[in-house]
Amino acid sequence: MTNELVDFALVSVALLGIGIYGLAVKRNFIRMLFAVEIIINAANLNLVAFGRFLPHSGGQTLALFSIAIAAAEVAVGLSLIIVAYRMYQNVDIADFRSLKG
Amino acid sequence: MADAIFLALSVITIGSAIAALELRSLIYGSIALMGTLGGIAGFFFLLDSPFVALFQLAVYVGSIAVLILFTVMLVKRELIFKKIEDKRRKFAGIGLMLVTMIALGSVFLDSGIKTITTDEPPVDFRDIGTDFVTYYWPALILMGLILAGSVTGALVLAKREDVENDQRTS
Repeated sequence: MTNELVDFALVSVALLGIGIYGLAVKRNFIRMLFAVEIIINAANLNLVAFGRFLPHSGGQTLALFSIAIAAAEVAVGLSLIIVAYRMYQNVDIADFRSLKG
Repeated sequence: MADAIFLALSVITIGSAIAALELRSLIYGSIALMGTLGGIAGFFFLLDSPFVALFQLAVYVGSIAVLILFTVMLVKRELIFKKIEDKRRKFAGIGLMLVTMIALGSVFLDSGIKTITTDEPPVDFRDIGTDFVTYYWPALILMGLILAGSVTGALVLAKREDVENDQRTS
């Protein structure tokens, strides 16, 4: 393979940084979900890359589990967005403060 | 050394990740997110894992991105084009991003993985199937139950009719 493991690791670090920036700065619920998706994908990329270079099938298996769980997480997250939007008519998380217990 | 396809894929993936967070319109943002997810699928192809790549294309680009797009369409038009962010936190967020990238990047560059290359053949995807039904079978069943439970929960949440406007207490 011409590409090295460290190249994939650096791309995944860049994606992780972008995701952390999105979670810290954005207040739009949907954008924060985008940031979480980007972080999950960075983790999956690392799993598959390390699995390829070991080589071991565990990396791909764990990545498949992670993708399936992420699908469940997005379904729940989007339905929470829909409920919160119907309650507050907004997607700004600053407006959701009264959801605090 | 990285080849040209890898460089093009990284530019597409990282560029569209930034665009997904920074574009003013949420609809264009979610289309850019599709670009990021597709770029990751491309990386999986480069890593000789076509099975995971196709799974990524089917689940992420095919369903999750479309689900997000439809949710965005349910939101009011003004909110789609309004940028909601903390101005004061912007520099702190950029600082946090740079600290994360530099710290983790330098750890990676200093560690032993810089020299790892492989000439071994890729993992056969039949091994993944064997893994699923032998070693990981309890996890597979648990994952199916979690998926069913969370999708049912999501449907019940979204169908609630006792939630109306003006429930804000403040």
